[in-house]
Amino acid sequence: MKEKIRIASGQGFWGDLIDAPYNQVANGDIDYLVMDYLAEVTMSILQKQKNKNPELGYARDIPELMKRILPICKEKNIKVITNGGGVNPISCAKAVLGVAKSIGINELKIGVLLGDDIREKIDLIIDSGCNLNDMETGEPIQSVKDKLLSANVYFGAFPIVDALDAGADIVITGRTTDTGLTLAPMIHEFDWAKDNFDLMAAGTVAGHILECGAQATGGNFLGDWESIDNFASIGFPIAEAYPNGEVIITKHESLGGKVSIETVSEQLLYEIGNPKMYITPDCIADFTSIQLEEVGKDRVKVFGVKGEPDTPSYKVSCSYSSGYSAVSTLTYSWPQALTKAKAVDKILRQRLENLNLQFDEIRTEFVGYNACHGPLAADIDEDLINEIVVRFAVRSKDYNSIERFGKEIAPLILTGPPSVTGFAGGRPKPSEVVAYWPALLPKNLVQPYIEIMEMKS
Amino acid sequence: MKKKLKDIAHGRSGDKGDAANVGIIAYNEEGYQIIEKYLTAEVVKKHFEGICFGKVERYELPNLKALNFLLHNTLGGGGTVSLKLDAQGKTLAAALLRMEIEV
Repeated sequence: MKEKIRIASGQGFWGDLIDAPYNQVANGDIDYLVMDYLAEVTMSILQKQKNKNPELGYARDIPELMKRILPICKEKNIKVITNGGGVNPISCAKAVLGVAKSIGINELKIGVLLGDDIREKIDLIIDSGCNLNDMETGEPIQSVKDKLLSANVYFGAFPIVDALDAGADIVITGRTTDTGLTLAPMIHEFDWAKDNFDLMAAGTVAGHILECGAQATGGNFLGDWESIDNFASIGFPIAEAYPNGEVIITKHESLGGKVSIETVSEQLLYEIGNPKMYITPDCIADFTSIQLEEVGKDRVKVFGVKGEPDTPSYKVSCSYSSGYSAVSTLTYSWPQALTKAKAVDKILRQRLENLNLQFDEIRTEFVGYNACHGPLAADIDEDLINEIVVRFAVRSKDYNSIERFGKEIAPLILTGPPSVTGFAGGRPKPSEVVAYWPALLPKNLVQPYIEIMEMKS
Repeated sequence: MKKKLKDIAHGRSGDKGDAANVGIIAYNEEGYQIIEKYLTAEVVKKHFEGICFGKVERYELPNLKALNFLLHNTLGGGGTVSLKLDAQGKTLAAALLRMEIEV
């Protein structure tokens, strides 16, 4: 058994720093590169791409990225785990095998995790007695069943462990938990028992720290952010894991950023609910048991983590189509920038009302004044306000209302208050609103499975 | 004596559906004693009047010198349904740090 393994985060979401995974494999020693590409809305975007072209539906950055990093991963024996397979992990794996071949790699084993996509099985699931009730409202899924764009189960670490045990160099999954990507290599390397929930929780906590990339190494740090060194070349986090469950969070020395108790604590608190019950398919982690200690420059030890047994359910993430929205902005300059922006809001609302359009919501925000903090924003003497961006956003079930809204913005420049600019890029187009439906599914109703795709010399 | 929360704590916020999570972390033990005592769910609910339209839940993480607040009915529907510029509540931790605490 290895004395320790180093797991590096390469991506916190689809659209994160393109060079981060390359920097992780090129700038120092790591054993695993883990990349999270999937936010809740990402699955519906990928499903739409797959509907248009059955070969798509995965994070399309992956093949290009693999072309850059595979030679280094081969040389250093770095394994790659990613959920960027989206709704089409098989096509993603095929594309990766294709680019590998094109750069002269002739041996590669990819483990593809399948079974998370339950869109075609919703009726069967309902028939077996599970109504996939919305976790927030309790409403059964029946009401949106015909509008579903995607429906995926969050699998945990163990299917990924199976792929690693089978000798995969790369594991490509659909919807898995972000934390499972990091926990899996620890279970695989250290032979952790499935029912050792303290260890499951320790790996899960490390996964939570890694899952948003540089948010653990100084990015978006609300403490003394100006003390963060070299944001331009910020290093993404690395979890140095030990068989006893202790983990040291660090980063490559040559890259920027910072790892301190404060930067790690901020990430630990990100998007959590009850900290005693951080629920994953692998365990329930108790975030109030986490101990942190600075053990060197940019090295924070995470230890003492306690866990409880996993629940009998998987979380399911569904998305469905729920109307249309559009956003547009205009910019007003001094003098009376805010007064003018408020006046144009009244004018636009009057025109929309005169047109008898149907909206579920019309929202106006004054960027530069109170768009972020609303009523908490400090009052400012209007003479000190140099400019205001007024931002209009509308939502409706009626496409035509949203489209017509888009035609009402530009005319405000010549038919409303003065010193206005900033309308560029044409009329705002209606975009589809994708709503999110979280539910629970008994674990026995769905089975993850692995397909191995490989090329041999 | 008045203390600015910004001077004794930092934090991070994000979204959980239509709820926002606001994590507040004290810089030291003394600071944690203060937020643990004064930063109640009621105080936070009042602070976010006009922003948070649901209940506020408070959780304690003394191991991290931190409190976690869940602000329900806050993000205008959440996700892609929300029309808010800050649909994910990313700036709400900073909004809480505006608070002054009478110690």
